[in-house]
Amino acid sequence: MSKEPVAVVGVGQTKHVAARRDVSIAGLVREAARAALDDAELTWADVDAVVIGKAPDFFEGVMMPELYLADALGAVGKPMLRVHTAGSVGGSTALVAANLIAGRVHGTVLTLAFEKQSESNAMWGLSLPIPFQQPLLAGAGGFFAPHVRAYMRRTGAPDHIGSLVAYKDRRNALKNPCAHLHEHDITLEKVQASPMLWDPIRYSETCPSSDGACAMVLTDRAGAARAPRPPAWMLGGAMRSEPTLFAGKDFVSPQAGKDCAADVYRQAQIADPRRDIDAVEMYVPFSWYEPMWLENLGFADEGEGWKLTESGVTELDGDLPVNMSGGVLSTNPIGASGMIRFAEAVLQVRGQAGEHQVEGARRVLGHAYGGGSQFFSMWLVGSERPGS
Amino acid sequence: MPEVLTAPLTVEFPFTRSLGPVQSAFLTGLRERVVLGVRTGDGRVLVPPVEYDPVTADEIRDLVEVAPTGTVTTWAWNHEPRRGQPLDTPFAWVLVRLDGADTALLHALDAPGPDAVHTGMRVRVRWAAEREGAITDIACFESYDGEQEQPTGHSGEFADAITKIVTPARLDYRYSPGRAQTAYLRALADRRTVGERCPSCHKVYVPPRGACPTCGVATTEQVEVGPAGTVTTFCIVNIKAKNLDIEVPYVYAHIALDGAGLALHGRIGGIPYDQVRMGLRVEPVWTEGARHPDHYRPTGEPDAEYDTYKELL
Ligand SMILES: [Zn+2]
Repeated sequence: MSKEPVAVVGVGQTKHVAARRDVSIAGLVREAARAALDDAELTWADVDAVVIGKAPDFFEGVMMPELYLADALGAVGKPMLRVHTAGSVGGSTALVAANLIAGRVHGTVLTLAFEKQSESNAMWGLSLPIPFQQPLLAGAGGFFAPHVRAYMRRTGAPDHIGSLVAYKDRRNALKNPCAHLHEHDITLEKVQASPMLWDPIRYSETCPSSDGACAMVLTDRAGAARAPRPPAWMLGGAMRSEPTLFAGKDFVSPQAGKDCAADVYRQAQIADPRRDIDAVEMYVPFSWYEPMWLENLGFADEGEGWKLTESGVTELDGDLPVNMSGGVLSTNPIGASGMIRFAEAVLQVRGQAGEHQVEGARRVLGHAYGGGSQFFSMWLVGSERPGS
Repeated sequence: MPEVLTAPLTVEFPFTRSLGPVQSAFLTGLRERVVLGVRTGDGRVLVPPVEYDPVTADEIRDLVEVAPTGTVTTWAWNHEPRRGQPLDTPFAWVLVRLDGADTALLHALDAPGPDAVHTGMRVRVRWAAEREGAITDIACFESYDGEQEQPTGHSGEFADAITKIVTPARLDYRYSPGRAQTAYLRALADRRTVGERCPSCHKVYVPPRGACPTCGVATTEQVEVGPAGTVTTFCIVNIKAKNLDIEVPYVYAHIALDGAGLALHGRIGGIPYDQVRMGLRVEPVWTEGARHPDHYRPTGEPDAEYDTYKELL
């Protein structure tokens, strides 16, 4: 029996900010879930199951969100489950929900991811005082900066590429009312003049710390037929993992990322992603990851990704827009960031992205990664039902 | 087999929590010696209150005051109170259904012994002398044989409501790095770096983990690597980390020790930070009594060719 086609009929996000002091975590997730149900014109009773994701437990000190949030998410009397995959969790949570539809386990599933970074300290969560080990010497940016230098060495990319990405994403964020950073006076010069934190990564080339939640309503063909607005259809979705550190690991272009993308393209019958995909929402917490992922995801040959960025191809009005929403560089509630990528891809193919809409976007990729570049999750969504 | 190292590991952090309207009223109420519940769509009163109706999932905000007296619905005796618990003498954990509530609240009951506790016993709140808007504003419950006390008729509105609490979390572990890392750490004490070779792919893991993560087989053959190595990539750290006593800027590098199958991480010293480069040859610098090299410094050898380390970034 073939898989049931999966449609996304509702999307909801909070307005992402540095600190949502006015709501509990329950209140925060509720806003996103309610917005997604409203978009789908559904009630809590229409949902068959809830799949939730969040950042690693030490990041915010909530160990069992599925227990704490069952009533806020209308999950009482229904299956509710939680997904863990570090920073990629928002993406893998959506895929677990999608598989419940594709496998005909449920007809309509609410999926949601969140984080309140203001109530915790992710850096602390990443640097527990493990006995006998040397303390981590550099922080999260310091963990990724050497990989950026390796990319620059390998490809000969010029120094200014990272600043171009940050300048683009921050301008895109101005068109997205949900984005956290709205830097109205942003200029390329300001990005380039910002302090070098972990050389070669500048302050303005790093992501903020945000509070936010994102939710989606996934359903089957029958649910899509009842939807008040055009659905997005999942054309392919995949996850891949690899160890954090192993001999032969390629941090610049991890094998798991390549394999994950290849699986999605095979499912969606994408022969040439650069030609067949209209736009990408990818997980770029440090600006240099845009050219790195362009290569890893097959949009450019090895060593050529930075040329797409430099020539303006990834701008909002370019030939392959990347991070139209402003991306992780403008909004980063870590646990939700992957799902925001997936949801923004959905908004594009539904034609509902507002000011940051890419005209005529028909196939858009959502991408997330996490851990030490070891967990990958991606989906490709389209405006046409697969096989139709 | 030599003894495996272990050490205590304590993980603790003061998480903050924004309360939202319902928990804000509940905890502020405790500060004012008022216990508030919330009324659900089907008319039940939940204490402690929740923000969303467990039956209908609707938002619920109808706060209801209940009495500070109630009935034990079940209990368990705690023979050995632990750090951070409500009382430091043995006590009963109790679920108390306060008069006017339909659900029970978990708290401590001060009692001389388990024989003095039974399901159905009447109890009342013993308020803490100093209250700040926390569940600990109820110091505990105590046995009570008087009349049911009446609510004060409070509306649940407070002039200076608390909106946030700090919830310190603490976990105490006994940590062991395992056989392979214990051997590695013992060799470091003699200032030797000893990894383990995978019998399948022949890569040398430093530090060793006892198994090869790609082949999934145990590693046992010990191999000494270094002491010199090559800087394969690096960054210059310009922001001072809170817990580290290192002057910025400094260089944080990936260093492939000679013979190792992957790079380890370390600080580079003995050279101006802006002269560090990929391919720089370095060696460890030890300080008395330290478990790990303090940093790595240039050996003075010519730089390594990119092709010799490009797989070890
Ligand atoms: Zn192996």
